[in-house]
Amino acid sequence: MGWGEAEAMAMSRQETLANAASLWLERSTLDELIRLLRGEGFTVVGPRLDQGAIVYGEIERASDLPRGWTDDQKPGKYRLENSGGEAYFEYNVGPHSWKQFFFPPRLAVERAKREENGGWTFSRPEPSDERYALLGVRACELAAIAVQDRVMMNGPYVDREYAARRESALIIAVNCTVAAETCFCTSMGSGPRCQADFDLALTETEEGFVLEVGTEAGWEIAARLEHCEASPDQLASADRLRHRAEDQISKEMSNDGIRDLLLNNLNHPHWDKVAARCLSCTNCTMVCPTCFCSTVNDVSELAGDEVERVRQWDSCFNLEFGYTAGGTVRNSIRNRYRQWLTHKLASWHDQFDTSGCVGCGRCITWCPVGIDLTEEVEAIRQQPAKRREVPLPQPRPDACVVPGEAAADQSNRPRSVGQTIDDRQRGASDSAEAQQDASIADGGTDRE
Amino acid sequence: MNDSNKHPDQATEAAGLKSRPQAPRLAVFKFASCDGCQLQILSCEDELLTIADQVQIVHFLEASSHFEEGPYDVALVEGSITTAADRDRIRQVRQQSRFLIAIGACATSGGIQALKNWGDHHEFSRCVYAEPAYIRTLSTSTAISEHVTVDFELRGCPINRLQLVEVIQALLRGQSPRTPRHSVCIDCKRRGTVCVAVAQDKVCLGPVTQSGCGAICPSFDRGCYGCFGPAGQPNCESLTEHWIGCGRSPVSLVPLMRNFNADAPAFREEGDRIDPDYDQGHVL
Ligand code: SF4
Ligand code: SF4
Ligand code: SF4
Repeated sequence: MGWGEAEAMAMSRQETLANAASLWLERSTLDELIRLLRGEGFTVVGPRLDQGAIVYGEIERASDLPRGWTDDQKPGKYRLENSGGEAYFEYNVGPHSWKQFFFPPRLAVERAKREENGGWTFSRPEPSDERYALLGVRACELAAIAVQDRVMMNGPYVDREYAARRESALIIAVNCTVAAETCFCTSMGSGPRCQADFDLALTETEEGFVLEVGTEAGWEIAARLEHCEASPDQLASADRLRHRAEDQISKEMSNDGIRDLLLNNLNHPHWDKVAARCLSCTNCTMVCPTCFCSTVNDVSELAGDEVERVRQWDSCFNLEFGYTAGGTVRNSIRNRYRQWLTHKLASWHDQFDTSGCVGCGRCITWCPVGIDLTEEVEAIRQQPAKRREVPLPQPRPDACVVPGEAAADQSNRPRSVGQTIDDRQRGASDSAEAQQDASIADGGTDRE
Repeated sequence: MNDSNKHPDQATEAAGLKSRPQAPRLAVFKFASCDGCQLQILSCEDELLTIADQVQIVHFLEASSHFEEGPYDVALVEGSITTAADRDRIRQVRQQSRFLIAIGACATSGGIQALKNWGDHHEFSRCVYAEPAYIRTLSTSTAISEHVTVDFELRGCPINRLQLVEVIQALLRGQSPRTPRHSVCIDCKRRGTVCVAVAQDKVCLGPVTQSGCGAICPSFDRGCYGCFGPAGQPNCESLTEHWIGCGRSPVSLVPLMRNFNADAPAFREEGDRIDPDYDQGHVL
């Protein structure tokens, strides 16, 4: 601890509290931060080089971070490059997302064991007690975590595992200072500036870091780091670099009336065009930080005396995911692509009162054939159906409306992630109805 | 295993084998193949010991020279049909077996040897054998299902032993086996493997290949070779057109389609489509 005595610490804390958003950390303090978090019992996870990409994994020291590296991203293409600089965070989001830590790809959710007398005992594994410190969370990713929070733990059905991991986690955000060709957070109102929902947020400049503190837990960490107040120059550099990222964002997606646009165009010929290209390979959904679908299977050893119920990531692009009694409901790539896009950008609004997209661009980069959802939406927007093809499913005003915002919602105007993300107030029963409603809408729009 | 908690419907004749008074009789047959899938059966020895009282293996020449005549409850058939004699033999196997399960790429699509389906087998014989006159072979290598009714196809070159255990287990319990038809990509993503196509510009058949191996090759920085055959509703054309758009020549892509599952319809049609004049014989 740089300041040593408790008094000095308390004083510094008071001082800096008064001047939030204005702390300064030397570049070398990053290592101190990581060691401090590890010492506090956190598993620090963050960006690191692996398999030709910047992925998320355990970080033990600052030198584990991809310092001096950046990425070049295009539809269907990702390349690591030397940044030519010293920065730790001069790249954008990669193939992994933080959902892998809160919503693990494979998880045993239930166990059953046959007893001597032929009966069964059932048990439920305790949620993980791993405490993660997420280091390097970008603005779009904060928005994605907020979306998954709604789905997994702020509705009537709480995913115990998700809640346990999420609630014990510490979030250290990083403001983007560059943007990839695939980024469009500005369109979705989610970035590139980290506004809220973090414990600490860093902006990396040529010399060090400007540190913002978002929560009490963040304060406790910050106060124990060697820091000082950021100078106007340091603040100006941070500002300039954040603006550089914003200026680099070239991709756009108009959200204007997007829900009705898509749901009004379920038989648009463009779905056939995109279906001719789409491989239905599931990559877009796997990399998407908000996609949450899973499948649950009972797996037993051969003797059949021990059974594990396993949950694994799954996808609406999987032919078998839509298999129900009597057959597969989405029996063509066209239907599966349409399901994904209309859920993500349209019926998600009815179901969760937010868009399912935060504009991170992962689905564009990691699509093996480079399908870009923003272009697909635009193609439909350019030539929408003349009249309504099917009756539009209407969200129930009482089901998904934030108190006091009924008017906005009835006009079916989707709001951006950034605008709606803070709403955690919706009542439990409301949310259940919203889900039910959306699933009716879903069924109605999906069968041909 | 006791049957007390089984729903009565499940104990029907068609549903499974568990309700039989005697442990079901299992036989393994080999046709044109490399024996790799049979080795996978052998490598299930621990699992097979666990159920030693639930199945009798009565015919498995790779494991034992003792064998019994049919009928059999389950026949696991490895290999493809490449001779007239085998064409007759598979019919006999079918007649003697209640459940016939084709295992491996050879049995389910003709295997790597189906490459001869694009060439002149007489010429191949002349190149390979000193006395081609002794060779009696059909001009094609074909899947078991081209000749007899197959109850279940277990894909893979070789099969995945865990999937084999799943199939045997399902038969014993009267369930249908759970062998996913989705792409290899899901497995890569679940295990955190970075896409080798997107990040390393490697040609990978994973997006159109059925899961089964657990995405081994991409985890070793190699593209998928398509060992488990085409996934459900594969869009091979989009994938190859994408590569062609990225500068690859059609002629370089044909061998990718014509691999262990060359004659699986989706791969065969795509190979034929991208280069109808591809000369399969030139490899000799
Ligand atoms: S989408 Fe925005 S917040 Fe996300 S990585 Fe790109 S610039 Fe940063
Ligand atoms: S839909 Fe695509 S751009 Fe939007 S959040 Fe998901 S991966 Fe990111
Ligand atoms: S849009 Fe791209 S990533 Fe998504 S399923 Fe289709 S081909 Fe795969």
